[in-house]
Amino acid sequence: MKARGLYSYTLAYLLFLYAPIALLPLFAFNDSVVIAFPLSGFTTSWFEAMWNDRAMWKALRNSLIVSGSTAILATVLGLFAARASTRHAFPGKTGIMGLIMLPLVLPEMIVAMSLLVALLAIGIDLSLWTVILGHVLLCTPFAVAILTSAFQSLDRSLEEAALDLGETPVSTFRLVILPLVAPGIVASLLICFTVSLDEFIVAYFLAGTEPLLSVYIYGQFRFPSNVPAVLALGTVLVAVSVLLLAVAEYFRRRGIARTGGTAGGGFV
Amino acid sequence: MAGEAGRLRAALRGWALVSPTALYAVAMLAIPLGTVLVVSFLTDGRTAGGLRTVLPVATLANYIEVWTNDIYRFLMLRSLAVSMSVTLVTVVLAYPVAYYVSFHVAPNKKALWLFLITIPFWTSYIVRVFLWKVILGFNGVVNSGLLSLGIIDAPLQAINYSVQAMVMTLAHAYAPFAILPIFVALEKIDRSLLEAGQDLGESRFMTFLRVTLPLSMPGVVAAVLIVFIPTVGDYVTPDLIGGGKIPMIANAIEVQMLKLNSKALGSALAVSAMLIVASVTIVFLLLNRRFLGGGR
Repeated sequence: MKARGLYSYTLAYLLFLYAPIALLPLFAFNDSVVIAFPLSGFTTSWFEAMWNDRAMWKALRNSLIVSGSTAILATVLGLFAARASTRHAFPGKTGIMGLIMLPLVLPEMIVAMSLLVALLAIGIDLSLWTVILGHVLLCTPFAVAILTSAFQSLDRSLEEAALDLGETPVSTFRLVILPLVAPGIVASLLICFTVSLDEFIVAYFLAGTEPLLSVYIYGQFRFPSNVPAVLALGTVLVAVSVLLLAVAEYFRRRGIARTGGTAGGGFV
Repeated sequence: MAGEAGRLRAALRGWALVSPTALYAVAMLAIPLGTVLVVSFLTDGRTAGGLRTVLPVATLANYIEVWTNDIYRFLMLRSLAVSMSVTLVTVVLAYPVAYYVSFHVAPNKKALWLFLITIPFWTSYIVRVFLWKVILGFNGVVNSGLLSLGIIDAPLQAINYSVQAMVMTLAHAYAPFAILPIFVALEKIDRSLLEAGQDLGESRFMTFLRVTLPLSMPGVVAAVLIVFIPTVGDYVTPDLIGGGKIPMIANAIEVQMLKLNSKALGSALAVSAMLIVASVTIVFLLLNRRFLGGGR
């Protein structure tokens, strides 16, 4: 088939997708405060500036707490919903699953401001915990999507065999199902962690006075002299994100291969 | 296991299993949205100590303000115009990519291609938006590149800090959201239908128009909604790319909620925006209902 035109177009589109990320390291290593071409020279001083910034470390520490807790809680909630939707038929399933998946399409601003209004109405002070509450809501749909595909590729006869051989439903879940969906769980943890780490609006609305990494980065863009150091930080974050995603994709595919399927689409 | 009792037991088991996640969504999403709806009918005021607060006095004043003040109408129209342009650009640009991966990539390579397409999406949204500002700005990559090549004499004004720059940035940010649903819809198409079309004398292009495109419409509709709804409420891009000079409705909500601490007015703005977005969505779904029949 002739697809040369389509092929070139798709390559050009990938170039468009990667253009901003390709520029990131260029300016992070560029020896100038001005973020523009031509590049003036190579330096690692922006990475040093970033490394020596106490505020950055505080924000990073907070973000790791939030994203780590979010990843675990959202994955646990995702397990319940994904298991229920793949194994059971129950009235109202479409509506219930729709509500659980709704944060995926709602503007984050709506999620953030409605949580703020509700938390203030019942008198809860803003803290890292309130951010975690919001992030778990936002990340659960991602966990459900990943874990649903993990549960779907599961061969039901394995489970029935374990039950026939005298295992209880709980021990069957622990000994047979959990090991088979474990790669999906790892993928879900990594994706939720990444989504939470990058999220800005909910963090901005619900963190109170606690600094978080995304809010810190946003604030730094207001000061032109701090921008190169932020781009250095961005370079590190992108490298870590890509690494985590590659690991997540590896586990996701291994999980599907282990249950006898072939890896299909992406994460969503 | 058959019969009423068995079905009831299965339903109870399903409900029990889904309940932690469902209750969390009710507590953290449904109840807060309900609270916003209630607060939008209350009055912004001050406590005895002079702090900004919401007074439990029922009123329609917030909605009258939102629906009669020209500023909010203008911001809402701009948000709709931007997000509709973004949706059009994103879906039109994404379709050929999804088509290529679905029809021309070897089955064992498809996952790799989709992975490549989704990677940029998982990197920091804020940093990506800022980099578009670097690319399109007054001294940006595009302008300085064109200047040094001698193609232009002065920096192009049209591309920096403009609505076009916002559309470009958002089209980039939402690209995977458009590609993936279209790809999934294309994958479901029975390839023998296409051969049948060509065997019956249709050209390849007519086969695409009359078979492939209509069959992939559920994916296109999903892509449109998943791009359109979140972009109406985007906050970061207008703030960073527009330099605060081209606000959209989410920026107005943020100002009311945080900077001015007018929770009631901010809530009325949010409820109004959601109603408008929901109406547009419903009209769009009705217009496309002939493609969606028998989808589920």
